[in-house]
Amino acid sequence: MCMKDSDHIPLLKVKSISKYYGRRIGCHGIGFELWPGEVLGIVGESGSGKTTLLNCISGQLEPSEGAVWYASNGGVIDMCKAPEPQRRLVMRTEMGTVYQNPRDGLRMHVSAGGNIGERLMANGLRHYGQVRRKALNWLEKVEIDQERIDDTPDTFSGGMQQRLQIARNLVTGPRIIFMDEPTSGLDVSVQARLLDLLRGLVTELDLSMVMVTHDLAVTRLLAHRLIVMKDGEAVESGLTDQVLDDPQHPYTQLLVSSILQP
Amino acid sequence: MKKQFKEQSETGSDLSCVMEGYNFAYLDEQTKRMIRRTILKAVAIPGYQVPFGSREMPLPYGWGTGGIQVTASLIGPEDTLKVIDQGADDTTNAVSIRRFFSRTAGVHTTTRTREATIIQTRHRIPEAHLRNGQIIVYQVPIPEPLRFIEPRAKEVLRMHALKEYGIMFVKLYEDISRYGRIAKAFDYPVLVNDRYVMSPSPIPKFDNPKMDRMPALQIFGAGREKRIYAVPPYTKVKSLDFEDYPFEVERWSQCCALCGSDHSYLDEIITDDQGSRMYVCSDTDYCSQRLAGRDRDFQRGFKGKIPASSAIGTKKCA
Ligand SMILES: [Zn+2]
Repeated sequence: MCMKDSDHIPLLKVKSISKYYGRRIGCHGIGFELWPGEVLGIVGESGSGKTTLLNCISGQLEPSEGAVWYASNGGVIDMCKAPEPQRRLVMRTEMGTVYQNPRDGLRMHVSAGGNIGERLMANGLRHYGQVRRKALNWLEKVEIDQERIDDTPDTFSGGMQQRLQIARNLVTGPRIIFMDEPTSGLDVSVQARLLDLLRGLVTELDLSMVMVTHDLAVTRLLAHRLIVMKDGEAVESGLTDQVLDDPQHPYTQLLVSSILQP
Repeated sequence: MKKQFKEQSETGSDLSCVMEGYNFAYLDEQTKRMIRRTILKAVAIPGYQVPFGSREMPLPYGWGTGGIQVTASLIGPEDTLKVIDQGADDTTNAVSIRRFFSRTAGVHTTTRTREATIIQTRHRIPEAHLRNGQIIVYQVPIPEPLRFIEPRAKEVLRMHALKEYGIMFVKLYEDISRYGRIAKAFDYPVLVNDRYVMSPSPIPKFDNPKMDRMPALQIFGAGREKRIYAVPPYTKVKSLDFEDYPFEVERWSQCCALCGSDHSYLDEIITDDQGSRMYVCSDTDYCSQRLAGRDRDFQRGFKGKIPASSAIGTKKCA
């Protein structure tokens, strides 16, 4: 049997990433691999450096040290050293980012259709009808009423705004999605629906995902593997079930016991 | 000499009125050199906004201080200047700028597009085709076409640098979704030389096609915003659009009520208290030239010189 290249090299290879803010440590010496179709959870409390790490590996923040190798459609590139045009092109075609605050990820005064269509048009689609059709199609996929296509996201509920962010990112068929606390601030029932949707999309589209969260229940549902972070360092990593059922590091044990308690 | 000026055109100039105590064309030579260097950069990178050290001018911002500085840096004693505002030579703005250069540079001025070597304009491009060797100077209030969509100046610079113009099409998309068509009628954004998105200043989109591969040099001056940009002769200028919603210019069901033109940009004029209206060329020089030509042809007894469409009463759209 012949294997494709992409089957035996990781999609993302993160090599000892550090980010310092003066003498303060954002994150320190973190490395991992992400394989096609894999969901990685980065868990930690606020201030643990998990968002800093996410920003470094998603090309939004320049790390102080380390490298991020990404196996793009056009070959392997170092996201930290690639020329800006190439990096931004990869970021808007093969990657996507869903932000904790929808205001960071959506244009609040542009219609839902325009929000979804932006990446298509940025990548050269110059046909209104096709943009419109794809926007309608993606609204349906993320379970937003197609009638809302011309409404602006500031008239949407929090759950709808997160789903619109997802549609806006997935419309160009990216291979990796970065998510920063996508469910925080949402009602429990809304959270469950969003997680369900995400799980379906990940499977259907064979997406890889790096998700930052403080919520272990969310990682239990979605992540294949976990990295636990504390004070900028990775204190434990492994398969999700392993880490959650048999935590080794005292900090992870504390985290797990605190959610297991009623 | 004076006699010659008077014959030449309606306005002309009067060298005896040139003001004492000012440098030629008001600006000092060092400033002119700085602005000329900016213009050279702008011509070298079509559509790219080049910052410059805009000077205080004896006119308030909004009166064309950017255009005036460009004109002042380019004009020489041999030049003939035409100034229009909304197509007309006789509006306050146009008259004061023309007088400014008459007095500070003693140059010839004219209302005739064909006679001018430099045309400074606010809000229109003349109807008569401009030729190679002429320079058209646009007065620009807001040079940055991306500003209304992306308020962060640094991000805007990055978008230009990386040619990331998706957001411009989001704006057009929103228009079509909301109004069924691209609603922008003035300052309609263009892509210059397949590279930079550029604001053509608040000219009607009717004038956009004239910018494409225009034989004349086009220079844009924004005084308050301290930017100069340019389109060299014969450069490709494309109005942004979608394949299924192509760029279109405005059309009128009427012809010009004065000269009968069926192809110029028309202004609507209310003629009485009852709200009667008529449509006339916004380019006053073009209109009067056509009228003068027709009068000549009348005197010659209709030698078949006028196109049928230009005679009042014979047109299908009258
Ligand atoms: Zn006319």
